[in-house]
This record gives sequence, C-alpha cells and structure tokens, in this order.
Amino acid sequence: MALDDRKSDFTFVGTRPNRPDGLDKVTGRAKFGADISAPGMLHGAVLRSPHAHARIVKIDASKAEAHKDVKAIVTRADFADVPFRPGLEGEFYNVLENVMAGEKALYDGHAVAAVAATSALAARDALKLIEVEYEVLPHVTDVDKAMTPDAPVIREGAADYSVPEGMHPNVVRYHESGHGDVEAGFADADLVIEDSFVTEATHQGYIEPHACLGMLGNDGKGELWCTTQGHWIAQKTCAALLGIETSQLRVTASEIGGGFGGKTTVFIEPVALALSRKANRPVKVVMTRSEVFRATGPTSSASMDVKIGMKKDGTISAAQGVFRLQGGAFPGAPGDMTAMCAFAPYNLNNVKQIGYDVMSNRPKQAAYRAPGAPMGAFAVESVIDELCNKLGLDPVDVRLKNAAHEGTKASYGPTYERIGLVETLEAAKAHPHYAAPLKPGQGRGISCGFWFNHGGETSVSLALSEDGSAQLMVGTPDIGGSRASMALMAAEVLGIAYENIRVTVADTATLGYNDVSHGSRVTYASGLATIKAAKHAVEKLCERAAAKWGIPVDAVKWENGCAVPSGPNAGDFDPMPLADITADMGSTGGPISGHFEATPEGAGVSFGTHIVDAEVDPETGKTSVTRYTVIQDAGKAIHPTYVEGQFQGGAAQGIGWALNEEYVYGEDGRLQNSIFLDYRIPVASDLPMIDTVIVEVPNPGHPFGVRGVGETGIVPPLAAIANAVSNAAGVRMKQLPMSPPRILAALKDNG
Amino acid sequence: MDYHSPASFAEASALAANATGITRFLAGGTDVLVQLRSELVKPDTLIDIKKINGVHDITRNADGSWTLGVATTGAEMSEHPELGQDWPGVVEAMDLIGSTQVQGRATLTGNLCNGSPAADSVPAMVAAGVTVTVTGPDGTREVAVEDIPTGPGKTSLTKGEVVSAVNIPARGENAGDAYLRFIPRTEMDIAVVGVGVDLRLDGDTIIEARVSLGAVAPTVLLVEDCAKAILGSTLDDATLDALAAAASAACNPIDDKRGTIAFRTEVVGVLAKRAAKIAYARAKGENA
Repeated sequence: MALDDRKSDFTFVGTRPNRPDGLDKVTGRAKFGADISAPGMLHGAVLRSPHAHARIVKIDASKAEAHKDVKAIVTRADFADVPFRPGLEGEFYNVLENVMAGEKALYDGHAVAAVAATSALAARDALKLIEVEYEVLPHVTDVDKAMTPDAPVIREGAADYSVPEGMHPNVVRYHESGHGDVEAGFADADLVIEDSFVTEATHQGYIEPHACLGMLGNDGKGELWCTTQGHWIAQKTCAALLGIETSQLRVTASEIGGGFGGKTTVFIEPVALALSRKANRPVKVVMTRSEVFRATGPTSSASMDVKIGMKKDGTISAAQGVFRLQGGAFPGAPGDMTAMCAFAPYNLNNVKQIGYDVMSNRPKQAAYRAPGAPMGAFAVESVIDELCNKLGLDPVDVRLKNAAHEGTKASYGPTYERIGLVETLEAAKAHPHYAAPLKPGQGRGISCGFWFNHGGETSVSLALSEDGSAQLMVGTPDIGGSRASMALMAAEVLGIAYENIRVTVADTATLGYNDVSHGSRVTYASGLATIKAAKHAVEKLCERAAAKWGIPVDAVKWENGCAVPSGPNAGDFDPMPLADITADMGSTGGPISGHFEATPEGAGVSFGTHIVDAEVDPETGKTSVTRYTVIQDAGKAIHPTYVEGQFQGGAAQGIGWALNEEYVYGEDGRLQNSIFLDYRIPVASDLPMIDTVIVEVPNPGHPFGVRGVGETGIVPPLAAIANAVSNAAGVRMKQLPMSPPRILAALKDNG
Repeated sequence: MDYHSPASFAEASALAANATGITRFLAGGTDVLVQLRSELVKPDTLIDIKKINGVHDITRNADGSWTLGVATTGAEMSEHPELGQDWPGVVEAMDLIGSTQVQGRATLTGNLCNGSPAADSVPAMVAAGVTVTVTGPDGTREVAVEDIPTGPGKTSLTKGEVVSAVNIPARGENAGDAYLRFIPRTEMDIAVVGVGVDLRLDGDTIIEARVSLGAVAPTVLLVEDCAKAILGSTLDDATLDALAAAASAACNPIDDKRGTIAFRTEVVGVLAKRAAKIAYARAKGENA
C-alpha cells in the first residue's frame, strides 16, 4: 500500500530515549509469566514421555488421584475433539496433539498427562504416581533418514496436496519455485560448484521459561495470563482446544523474557485451563528449563544441496537448491521459506528452488527469527564464497554485481519495490572493517541475507487524557522495545513529549484481533496503526479547535502539538495546544480518542550484509569471533538503539548457532543436552563487540519509511561465520555447528 | 530428608556412620543441591559441614605447606594474597569452575568428592601432590587426592568417612604448576579435557614432575609416562612432542555430548604441552 504523505523530517523519531519498561525490569517490578498468583491457586505439572516414539497403551492415574494434595488430573480425553486435517490445514489438531499426546507419544518430552495440586512439589511428586504403559516404536530424528523408504511413519495421511506421489509419508509439504532455465545457465557458466550442507536444530534460548495462570469455569468463561508473543492466537487456540467460545476467554500477555518466535504458539496454556476447569480453581504452570528444551519449539534441522554457476566476471548464470527441513512430529518445518529466501538477494535469470517439510520424532518446531532463512543462506553463501575464492574475485564485488534492486524479479516470484541491498553492500565495502588487515590464522567472511517481513492484522487505540497526556493501547507484546518506538511515533504525530505517552499492551478484551509479534511486523504494522490512530485523534482535536474559533475545520491544521489556523485567510488566532483542547473536552463533545485497524500489506522486504573475522586454533579447532559488523536496511530507524540491539542480537544468536549450539540426540532418540550447561549458547565473553551500521532506504509502504528489523539480522551470520572460519582454517566447513571436534576433524582430513 | 549441622567432624562422621539410605555431605552445595533439584539424587540424610569451626580457614603452616578448611570457597582461594603465588595452577583451576555466584560457594573438597572425571580442580591438585585428611569412625587418615575418585560419581571413602581438611605441600624453590582445560566456550562450561602439570627445575632442567589428566578416563589420571617424558629435559620441542604422545596414549575417553574420543585424545596432548610450558616458565620465576 503506497502512501502519499510519507514523512522524512522528524522531531521525535530517530532519538534514543530510555525505554518506558526499563525501570520496572531493572528493579524487578515487571511482572513476567510466573510472577502472578490468584486466591486458591493450584500448581500444575506435566508428565512427559521418556520415549522418542511409543504407543500409549494405558494411563493409570488412580494412585495420583488418591494423593491428598492432588485436585485434578487431565489427559487427552479432557480436551475438545479437534478434527485432523493434512498439512497445516489442521493446525489446531497439530497444536492439540503437541499439547497433549493422543494415541502415541511422538518425541522425548511429549506431554501425556498433567496434574494440579496444592503445591508445586506435590504436583511433581504426583506425576511419579501416574503409571503409563508404553509400547515403544522405532523412531527417527534425522531429516535425511526420515525420508528414506524404511523410516518409521510418524503419522499416515499428514501430507497435503503439494507432496508429489511416491514420497515417504513423513514428507508432508513440498515447495518448488523459480524462473528461467537453470540447465542452460549452468552450461553458460565458467565454473559450477555443487555441494551439500547440514545444520542442526537450535533453540531460541529465551531466558524466561513458559509460564501461565489459567482460570476456566464450567460456564465456559475464562481468564489466562501468560508469557506470549501473541495473546489473540493464544485465545483462539485455547478456545478451540477446550471447546469454548473465543470471546469468553480473556487473555492478558505478561511481560516477556524473550521469544524470538518460540512464543508464537501455546504449550502449557491449554493444559492449565483444562486443569482449572476440572479443579474449579486457578492453576499456574511454569516450565523447567529442561521442559523448555525438550518440549517447546526449537528451529528445524536441515540438509541442503546447492549448485551455482558463475562467469569469470562474477556474474551468477544459474542457481538451484534443494532444502530438506525437519520440524518434529508435526507438519510445519519451513522448507518453503528456506527455498524462497535462499537466492532472494540476487538478480538471477535462471533459478530454481525446492523445499521439503519433513516429520521426525522431535518436538514440534516453532518459529525462530526469519524461520528457515538462515540455513538456506548458509548453504548458498558458502557456495558463493567458494566460487569467489576459486575465481579470485572479491566477495563484496561479486555480491554487488548480482545484487537485487528495485525492479528485480525476485527468485521467489514478485518484483521488488525500492530495496536497500546494494546500499548495505556499498556500506560494507566502505567500512573500515572490510579493509582492516587480518592476522595469521584469521579469516574473513561475508554474507548477505534476506527476510520478507510481515504486516498482519492490527488494531490500535489511543485515548487523550484531560491533562494533555495520551494512552496508547497496542495488541502486540513488546519483544524488542516496541513500546518506546510506538510512543515516539505517536509523539511525532501528536506533537507532545515522548514521556507524556503511556503505551500499554492491551488484553484481548480491549482491542480487536491482533496478529502475533512475529514477522518483524510490530514497528511496521502497530507503528503504522499508531500513526493512523494518532492522526485520527488529531482530526478530532482540529474539529474542537475549529469550533472554538468558529472557523471551518479545513481551516485548521496541526503543528508542533497545537491547532493553528491553516493560513492568513483562516483568521488570526494564537496556536491552541493539545492540553488546552483536552482540558474541557468533556463539555466540547466528549472524550477524544483515535483508532485504526487494518491488515497492512506494505511491510517491505529487508536485506543485510555481515562482515565477520574469525580465528581458528589449528591445534584444538576452537574458533574465536574477533570482529563482527552488521549492516542492515532499517527503512527508517524509529529508535536507533533498539534497532542496533536487534542487529546485535541476531548476530549473537547466529554465533551460537554457527559455533556450538545444537540438539544432541542419543541412539535412543532422547535429547542429551536439555540444560544450558550442555546446550552451549554463547556466554558474554564468547562475543566480540558487535559493530552496527543502520542503512535507511525508506519503505514506501510505511508513513515514516519503517522496515522491520527483528529477523533479517539472523540470516547472514551462519554463512558469514562459516566463510570466515573456512577461510581461516583453509577447509570448507559444511556442517553446523562448527564445534571444535568438527573443525579439528576437518583440519586433519585436509592434511 | 534429615538435615544435620554437626559441630565437629567426629560428630559428622558418627551421623554418617549411623545413617540409613543415601547420605550426602553439604558444603557449598553446588553439586548436591543441583542434583537434588533435578531429582538425580534425593538424599535421606544431609549433613551440613560448613558450620564446623575453621572450615573456611586458609592456613600456611610453619613448613610452608598449606591447610585449607573443607568449606573454603573458590572465591576465598582466589582472593588470598599468597596462596595463588605458591600454587597458581591449583587456584586457577578452582577459579575456572562455574560463575561468580558459584565461586562464592564451591569448594575443592566438593569438587573432589563429587567424583566427576571432568572436575577442574582435581587434576591440578593431583599434579600438586595434594592430600586430604579423612575423618572416619576409626579416626583420621591422610589420602592422596588421586586415590579418592574410583569412577564417575564414586569415591574410595567408606561409610562414615568425611574429608576434614585439604593439605597442599610446601611450594619450595624453582617450581611451578599450571592447569589448563578445553571448553568450546570461554567460561561457564565443563572440561572436555583438562591437564595439570607441576614441575621443579635445577637450572633449566626438570628434576621433578607430575602430570595429571582430566575428562579423558573414568577418573582423573596421574600419568607416570608424561612425567618421565619431561624429566631431565629443558622442555625442548622433541620433549614436548613426547609429552603430548604420552598424554594421548594414557587416555581412555568416551564419545559424548561434550566431545569425541578422537578430539579428546588429540587435544589432551596439545594442552599437556601448553600447561607444561606455563609451569616451566613459572618455575623459572617468569610471569605466565
């Protein structure tokens, strides 16, 4: 949606005030998921499968029921009968099946029953009294093995219409796209490189485990408090899983201690509500870290084949990729997203990509920042790096030569509007980092990255108070400082100070449906709605001023927080400040508020370029990232500090994913490392200072030019780090994580 | 669960001797409490020894040796003005364990009695020739650190026995120690490989040496062949290669989520060389 009144001259936008939730968070006053209690509250605990794949023959809870502190026990029978449908058409079924196992336990950690008791300890003890009889079945956790003919079938009939005949039933969705003639393009190349790459599943690693408090009566009316990226999707899903009306369940989002995509669905929330309905008391459920690792959504693991042809001058003549993603025992692995994003940075005449969504006996994958894109970039940008090395070409120049720009037909179909990839590459080339000399043992890596960004259903209200301050109600949980950004955008329109605007993440009873805080959509979509809602209020303010002055409303305009006559002919009046209008609004027409709701569709795609230096210890295979620079197009940075924070956060999580984070499964299909000691997320001292450059190529689809920045920053790191490590070690690393044993083995194989 | 906080080691020993079921001694609690919370171990009897007089004391004896109370924390060791000058390897090994918060609780004795082959302080203590005093129903005995662990999570202590002091030898002249571990991160991790080296020089020549390896076998190892490889040498390149080969040969590691057999076998040699160089430099009075 192109907008004709785009603004480029700002008073508040682009400044860096403190975040409004900062003091609450540093003093402990902020209420997170587990920070709430209710009178008569019970504590819930979930019994989980110790098997990767097993038929549930019998659940005997009689001993637990006899426990004096136990008030309710639920199994699958206590949830609604949700119909099964193939692929993602039956997502409520898939979520229910994940929330509480039906006939089979499908992965280590899968919930099979839950207990509510008068204390958390009693609930945990009661779990041990529940006897589950399992018939253990063969399992598979590896994506390539899950596609082979003799792999155990996770669920018959889960494949949707897109899957070609003859594929294993574990392949549940298929994507193919592209344009041109790749075979002709390869024939035209001076050098063709084809290689295979593997990445392991990683977890978002948010510091706050899932937690909620649910209350549900037998009248079908309920309340839910939970840590979530989207309380409307929680409302809708819980209502469907419990068989109640959506509007009868009011959901409030707590403060959130990180989500990164992992809190865009429900896990324990329907369980707490089912327990509450049975016990007729509020029930609180808080996951342990081990439960978070075993039973929430990590990202997919991937196996990929990429083939790229290049001319001697660096022109890419053809590119193709096959991307196989494993997303646990449910449809949803984003093989389609991986395929669509893989070659999106480049202007290609001949391109073809195929994506597979494959099921295995692992937890249901959830979104993790630009879901699917980082893996594809790892494979593609590694091959481009190898081509540059073999042809003796500069990696930034080659990317500039092939870079997509306005008017390029994207690899996944549409034609790009104004985009900023070229600007990020030019900034990379000009950055002192790119010219800095490397020490012996160090290597440098470059990668580009792309993410779509998203609009989504959005509803925002703004209400002015008598004293001239404003309350802004948004429906998107604040996962990246968005309350500060919303206040800045509202301040820009209203012309009142940032500090005079209080932004609240409203509950589901306060606003219309708001899509989840995902797809880097919040600053874009809630921001757009905030601007429109504030403009709506300004229209009313102008009407009141016009009435006071006795002139037509179109003779009044809004400037610097005041109504002013629109020109000399409109009359000679002193500017009337906002607070003067709101002071007596009760008697001049009533409360003044603004509102806007829509599904904006001009999110504006986003590109970034990363430069990484890495040093590899040739004797131990240990990698240190010695320098890191993120360059990304933000369209317009509303609050530059939080934009930089998103850039740095993407790089930090990418460093973990590239070097040491991985889901480790034993032969028995059980997760071996479900604690932070052995799931090796980077610690602070593992990270270099991460330098950032904000490029601003305004998004034509947003009044202030905003493009989402939350996700693109995690797309280039895997590839950029792999390229740096490969160049440092002198051997191409094709498997993530590049843990020291893998690097040392590769060095030895290389002689 | 019964909780006791005895006033003496004799009382602690008697409590343990008479207890039934699973007994755990509690000092810093950095292993016991974690195991309890994660339901790995649910003790029937918990005997808290950190209220016994003197358990936080660090004492330099007249002969230059050191006696450490069993509840002396990593932080107390690191902050001691002289202990680290005598035994930098032992102090640094202890300091590698966990976070700042853990350092305020964790102890050498706990690290030893937890029985982990990957315990950081243990190879350093073994190399340094540290002993512990064990109080039991039949009185006290002194046991070399290397004789305490018998396998993962297991020790040679018998029912009713409790470690009541840690004894570090006198440093003496022209000697130095060092401990290095390999972790894939920079801190807050568990050793994939650990190596402790202690040596003494006469001029440039090594005349005493002890080399201990961690996380490469069911228990921490004291490796005679490693010591032999460097004794009588000036730690030239050929000697270092021989040391690495001896360390690799002594390994009996496993493949697990933290590392592979091939990796551990290779890297133990690398770390042995690096630790030996540091110990050698320290013995010469250089900063290392």
